[in-house]
Amino acid sequence: MVDQPLFRMEQVSKRYGGVHALEHADLDVYAGQIHGILGENGAGKSTLIKIMSGVVAPDEGRMEIDGKPISFATPAAANKAGVVCIFQELSLVPDLSVADNIIISDPPTRFGMIDRAKQRKLAEQALARAGAGDIHPQALVKDLPLSRRQMVEIAKALARNPRILILDEATSALTAADVSRVFVVLKKLREEGLAILYISHRMHEISELADVCTVFRNGRKIETYKAGAKTSTQVVELMIGREYKNVFPPKPEVHGKVEPILQCKNLSWTNRLKDLTLSVSPGEIVGLGGLDGQGQRELLLALFGVLRSYSGDILVDGKPVSMSSPGVAKSASVGMALIPEDRKTEGLMLPMTVRENLSFASLARISSYGIVNRAREDVLLDEMIKLLAIKTAGPDIPVGALSGGNQQKVVIAKWLMNKPRIILLNDPTRGIDVGTKQEIYALLRQLADAGAAIIFYSTDYDELIGCCDRVQVMYDGMIKRELVGAEITERALIASALNLDMAKDGKAMGSH
Amino acid sequence: MGKFNDWRYWYAEQKGTLLAIAIFVFMFVVYCSNHPAGFTANVVQTAANKGVLLAFVALAQSLVVITSGIDLSVGMTFTLCNCLASWLVVGSPWQVAFGVVVVLIVGALCGAVNGLLVIYGRLQPIVATIATGAIYYGLALALRPSPGGSVDETLADALTGRVFGVIPSSLVALFITVLVIWVPYSRSVTGRASYAVGSSETAAYMSGVPIQRAKFAAYTLSGLLASMGGLFLTFFTYTGEAAYASGNAYTLFSIAAVVLGGVSLFGGKGSAIGAIFGALAFRTIGDLLFVFDFDPLWQPLFQGIVLVLAVSLGAFGLFRIRNRLEWFG
Amino acid sequence: MSLSSRTYLPRYIRSFDPAVLAAYGCIVVLLLIGSLYSSNFLSIGYLVQQLKVASFLGVIATGMMLVILLGQIDLSVPWVVTVGAMMSCALAGHVGLVGVLAVPFGIFCGFLIGLVNGVGVAYLRIPSMIVTLATNAVAQGLMVVYTGGFSPKDNASPSMRYLATGELVPGIPNSVFCWIVVGALAVFMLNKTTFGRSIYGIGNRERAAYLSGINTRRVVMLTFGISGGLAALGGVLLAGYASKAAQSMGDAYLLPAIAAVVLGGTSILGGRGTYAGTIAGVLLITLLQSILSVMQMPEFGRQIIYGVVIIIMLLFYGRSKLQV
Repeated sequence: MVDQPLFRMEQVSKRYGGVHALEHADLDVYAGQIHGILGENGAGKSTLIKIMSGVVAPDEGRMEIDGKPISFATPAAANKAGVVCIFQELSLVPDLSVADNIIISDPPTRFGMIDRAKQRKLAEQALARAGAGDIHPQALVKDLPLSRRQMVEIAKALARNPRILILDEATSALTAADVSRVFVVLKKLREEGLAILYISHRMHEISELADVCTVFRNGRKIETYKAGAKTSTQVVELMIGREYKNVFPPKPEVHGKVEPILQCKNLSWTNRLKDLTLSVSPGEIVGLGGLDGQGQRELLLALFGVLRSYSGDILVDGKPVSMSSPGVAKSASVGMALIPEDRKTEGLMLPMTVRENLSFASLARISSYGIVNRAREDVLLDEMIKLLAIKTAGPDIPVGALSGGNQQKVVIAKWLMNKPRIILLNDPTRGIDVGTKQEIYALLRQLADAGAAIIFYSTDYDELIGCCDRVQVMYDGMIKRELVGAEITERALIASALNLDMAKDGKAMGSH
Repeated sequence: MGKFNDWRYWYAEQKGTLLAIAIFVFMFVVYCSNHPAGFTANVVQTAANKGVLLAFVALAQSLVVITSGIDLSVGMTFTLCNCLASWLVVGSPWQVAFGVVVVLIVGALCGAVNGLLVIYGRLQPIVATIATGAIYYGLALALRPSPGGSVDETLADALTGRVFGVIPSSLVALFITVLVIWVPYSRSVTGRASYAVGSSETAAYMSGVPIQRAKFAAYTLSGLLASMGGLFLTFFTYTGEAAYASGNAYTLFSIAAVVLGGVSLFGGKGSAIGAIFGALAFRTIGDLLFVFDFDPLWQPLFQGIVLVLAVSLGAFGLFRIRNRLEWFG
Repeated sequence: MSLSSRTYLPRYIRSFDPAVLAAYGCIVVLLLIGSLYSSNFLSIGYLVQQLKVASFLGVIATGMMLVILLGQIDLSVPWVVTVGAMMSCALAGHVGLVGVLAVPFGIFCGFLIGLVNGVGVAYLRIPSMIVTLATNAVAQGLMVVYTGGFSPKDNASPSMRYLATGELVPGIPNSVFCWIVVGALAVFMLNKTTFGRSIYGIGNRERAAYLSGINTRRVVMLTFGISGGLAALGGVLLAGYASKAAQSMGDAYLLPAIAAVVLGGTSILGGRGTYAGTIAGVLLITLLQSILSVMQMPEFGRQIIYGVVIIIMLLFYGRSKLQV
């Protein structure tokens, strides 16, 4: 380890309106280290990164590289100084090719025109360095699946020859195979002397990678410690600033045999869903497991009436229903709700008020003859805001002004307002802080106990283990295995997610 | 295998342009084979001269549309430059040359004003260019309250005649314009930035792409190209006229041509070559009516119907969509 | 702090955004400038006359506003206005029931064209700018073929003339009442009905609206239909006012309608805007045009000032927020 930090930040603050997003933050980053940054959403991590990478300017404070003071007016200036960030929200241009995207900032030129052959060579090198040599450099980014795009994003960052590489939830969209490839790449970069800042909500990733960790809370730096110096319970306590209790609510002991409310039989759709058969009963939380992108999202969308021309049957209360639109799915006779994947584009209209957002899925319930009944609406709104403890300065402020966790609560509340009997959740805790996560877990159990049937897709194995009564593990559009009760362990989940058979027979899984 | 893949990706990128070329070639073949005179230099020259005007304006429009903007003043810039040219492009060769340069500069300035309003004024392109369109039309009207003026006939005839007795010189001028302006632009860093901005402005910003330079270049070049169209209009008509309806029609037709040419109105996709062929195809509609002996009264209806059919063609892709969320882009 | 105190204000006060207030401010300024020029400007007679002129634009701009709230645009206004005028005049010549149906028939024709726009935008997913451009061309083509390219000989029916120029209340032309009725219905629809909420929702994010179980395609289609119907009503009123329909009588209404809606603070990107703003925008545009003509400004000067004033006002308060 070198004595002088490669990058140093002192007393940096940033305010948005009256809110301190970052308050007198200090940070030292050393070459040849992977530095994990931990904190709840709203802890100031993303502001920290935006300041480091030149997206926003700090209100006060100093930054230094190699002991020399610096400031960045634009992301391009930060890149030039060697600070490159891989953003959580993708910064790829969808209509340009992979090669164009990777070499976007400083392409090789001849006579003022971009030298395409040379550019392509550079792009291929960068892709290979990122462990994604299988991606064709001429492919358009918008035609790639999310996990491939993220690999392009990493290649793009590497093509800029960074000294400090920042990864902000960069692995959240990746498949497990890609994650392990990225980890190999990151470890190699560390040996090459790069400083790497690694931000993730996934604790086990941090503990596998990081040399040093820093915890942020409420816009302040709380503590920096050597990796492994603290137990995960201690770390979570630092993050949430209060005693860390059992995250998951207790599961009920045994379920009596209840008639299923929702069944699907031999459900198939294009080549993404293959002959799925599944049933859920009131009072149950059924998890969907497996690697990301194995058809879990498509299954939820098919059940909710979004996918066209599926084959097979969807039965509600034992009777077949033709699921042709979300309108059918939410109708009183079906009573289904889908908490979608991306709250910003699928769950909410950010500029509209909390009121309008909450009421949007249950307009029929609060209106007669198409005219909204204000009084009825207010009663239901109050009930929901209380039930989910949504922190808002009243129902008439834009939902975009709420914190991420509260926004997610609004998405859930908006559907609960329609009193659904079947609730489908598509990774509802992605990018949500620990505190809100706990509240959501408790709420799900409460809803199930009150008689709702819940299908819960999560990319986080801990959630599946902690929340679900049963887990259906999917692989390549099929349900590979059902795990019930005590069978739901991390090991069993991983084994069946990778489509390894031995876990069932009790054989050793081999080194992992 | 690798080579095959390269072609596949190239095809995917150029599909819209290729389709526009195919539509135009088909229509033009039908036109020529039914024309009493057939495929002769004369027929081609007349068709080219009519088509080139819209082609210039469509070319101008496409540059802005690629940045996901829109220029509703393009027809008025075209009209203004026509009126200006009818004053300036006369006299001695030096005066003529000077006049041409001034007209081109004024066109570029019109575009630059649009660009500045969109970039620094942060106005939505659609409303900003509606307003500047009124201004440019007002200026045109000030220059030519009633139709009139003249233009250097030697230059006009040279540019609307034929090269080597076969090739329409207006087409040659269009070709050179594409070669000198579009090709270097589309391959430059700025040109690629304009695609990036059109595709996703946030991603472009995050990637350190020169957004403002790209937009400014697109709008300014658009004005310049519209002024070339205005010059050619003067060469064809020998006069200047501040015609409101025709200016508006050029704006609207340029949007139609751009769409026929496979340039996405959402930005980031398509090429100016496609827009040119879209414009030529759109112009051929009227000619088709002529050879099939329709009453000219039917021309607007026929143009409308072809436009409806052309834009509905793209909708057939919808039947292949099996995830309804893809409807919403 | 200020946020919570704002929440106790009645909703209609809070919903006034600065853009709308600025637009009304500009109206006052225009009137003051006008009154410096001639004292007539503040007379009741002049103001009523302006309201009457504004009512045609007001009716048309109402439809445009609904479509802009969806994040779309309706470029078919010019010829839909003309279709409304010509089709109602076509029936006006007949006696009896057919003649009575002149006004509804004109509106119905506009509604149909609007529905075609709506089908193209909602079901075929074609950008509205291009669908409406195409239907505008088709409507123009139909009318040109129908009239032979000349102004039609049919005159407006008495009911059309009554609607436009009659005076139910002495001194106030009925066209103003038409606008008031249309406006009141629009305000009610936007604020009180599920349809109105759906329009705002779709304008903000259609994907989220669809996933909330809203039949977004039907809402979009109907909204375009309404816009077409209102444009045709505008045409009917204009024909009643002038006693005749004319070729390209609608050309003068497309850009002012868009400008009025946008000057009234409605976001051209959709999802945000109030009807109070649109009223302000319509009055603003009408007054501006009137003042320029009273000043006997030549046509070119009017066009230039018109454009410059719109740009200045937009720069004042119509700027989009900085990104990031």
